[in-house]
Amino acid sequence: MYTQGLDGKIGPVREAETAEEKEREARFQARIDAEERIEPNDWMPEGYRRTLIRQISQHAHSEIVGMLPEGNWVTRAPTLRRKAILLAKIQDEAGHGLYLYSACETLGVERAELVEQLLAGKAKYSSIFNYPTLTWADVGMIGWLVDGAAIMNQVPLQRCSYGPYARAMVRICKEESFHQRQGYEIVMTLAQGTPEQRRMAQESLDRWWWPALMMFGPPDSDSVHTAQSMKWKIKRVTNDELRQKFVDVTVPQAERLGLRIPDPQLRWNPERGHYDFGPVPWDEFWRVIAGEGPCNRERLEQRRRAHEEGRWVREAALAHAEKRRLRDRAA
Amino acid sequence: MAEDRARFEYLLRLGDNSLILGHRLSEMLGNAPALEEEMALVNVALDLIGQARLFLGYAGELEGAGRDEDALAYRRDVLDYRCALIVELPNGDFAHAIGRLFLISAFDFELYGALRESADRRLAAIAEKSLKEVTYHLRHAGEWVIRLGDGTEESHRRMQKALEDLWMYTGELFTPDALDEAMREAGIAPDLARLREGWDRRVDAVLREATLTRPAEGWMQSGGKDGRMHTEHLGYILAEMQFLQRAYPDARAW
Ligand SMILES: [Fe+2]
Ligand SMILES: [Fe+2]
Repeated sequence: MYTQGLDGKIGPVREAETAEEKEREARFQARIDAEERIEPNDWMPEGYRRTLIRQISQHAHSEIVGMLPEGNWVTRAPTLRRKAILLAKIQDEAGHGLYLYSACETLGVERAELVEQLLAGKAKYSSIFNYPTLTWADVGMIGWLVDGAAIMNQVPLQRCSYGPYARAMVRICKEESFHQRQGYEIVMTLAQGTPEQRRMAQESLDRWWWPALMMFGPPDSDSVHTAQSMKWKIKRVTNDELRQKFVDVTVPQAERLGLRIPDPQLRWNPERGHYDFGPVPWDEFWRVIAGEGPCNRERLEQRRRAHEEGRWVREAALAHAEKRRLRDRAA
Repeated sequence: MAEDRARFEYLLRLGDNSLILGHRLSEMLGNAPALEEEMALVNVALDLIGQARLFLGYAGELEGAGRDEDALAYRRDVLDYRCALIVELPNGDFAHAIGRLFLISAFDFELYGALRESADRRLAAIAEKSLKEVTYHLRHAGEWVIRLGDGTEESHRRMQKALEDLWMYTGELFTPDALDEAMREAGIAPDLARLREGWDRRVDAVLREATLTRPAEGWMQSGGKDGRMHTEHLGYILAEMQFLQRAYPDARAW
């Protein structure tokens, strides 16, 4: 999800030239093929390192920006129990962000630098968080579909060849399944509720379904670096495979809820053993990625504003720490 | 019976304070100066909502009119809320938000510490649990007051200003009214005046370390905990918080 593989460019990477360099790369690939974990101090090709930085930082940014659409409903949560669950979930997402930024730092980049890139609009994050949360049902839909898609994407990443990322995923996946369950529970309560609540749930599914399918990234035919990422075992399952799996799991859940998936072409295909589904509106996807989704500007603006307004606080904290240090030394 | 009614009213004060302060802190989501701080404040908000649920849930049982925590949180208007004025104030800048959290946490620290001895054992148990949380809130907010007070010129100015703005809302916390007196006589709640000493000591120590000046004691605002006169802010908080329950009165579950 959070790793849509949104930007194929990782900058020019010098190819291995000398025999010695080629030999080193071959040894690296052999370790990957033998399912060994790569750790921060191990030698790694520059392309591997940069691909990981891009993917993990996009993932981290997604966790952080993803707090905003749900945060939009914290003050309006309909019961105190729901409010508490939502706060706990959002707190988890902040933790995921911090944890992933740390994983990224093991690759030799500073979190501050990554955050600067995000605020400058140069970094990508999952397209899904550029959609608005208009009703309470959207909070349920995010848990059910968005966290559901995240799990689908992240479970194979637990076996990613890069150790710190794989370990981060193990921890994160446990929490994501709680997120998914609470979302499904919200949608179920609405679907079994009054006609107005049912309408709210259906309308929300109508809006989120296609954006949720887009979370797995562009179709394999358009996906620039899938092959290399697969070879390096950064990625283990392709975008289209994950998308299919998500549809297969989610359709029966929607049926149980009595909700209709907004895809007239959706039907079970007994020969394939999978659901067939209609074309994903990819032009919308590319538009959102390019910054023209319904909320791109607002999301980044909010992050920028908080960053700017917090500047004097961060400066004060640094100044205080420095005063302390000098005092301690004098004492 | 009359005693149950009084205890119900008293629990509303405790529950409403936690609920409204938790609401204000949850507004910091997406607006905190750093990610770590955002997490910390969400965590505090979560603790406070948890406390509100325990206090209001118990209040509803004592009342015996079939109102649960949500009926009390979502179906009362301003006139029936019993929170202190200080929790209703808007967050303001970070100095103001964290300064408020500090002043209230220092009060709650004393209050919950004393309530552990309450004759009402259920209340004592809630206080015991809440005290652990508030101890952390107090330390966290106190550290920020020190950092901001003894940070840069700007942060010092802002922190001092926040204290000046907040000070006139602290008196209400310590000024007993008839209900507080009745609770004290029944051995349910402590003598508020006696909590003051510990609060003064704790607050003064932090202000000293923060190189901040304790504001002069002047006129103290009141009217929140007895419901006599809330701030204008409370109505907006409730309008937002209660929106779904009000807009969909037929819904039985969420
Ligand atoms: Fe997450
Ligand atoms: Fe999540």
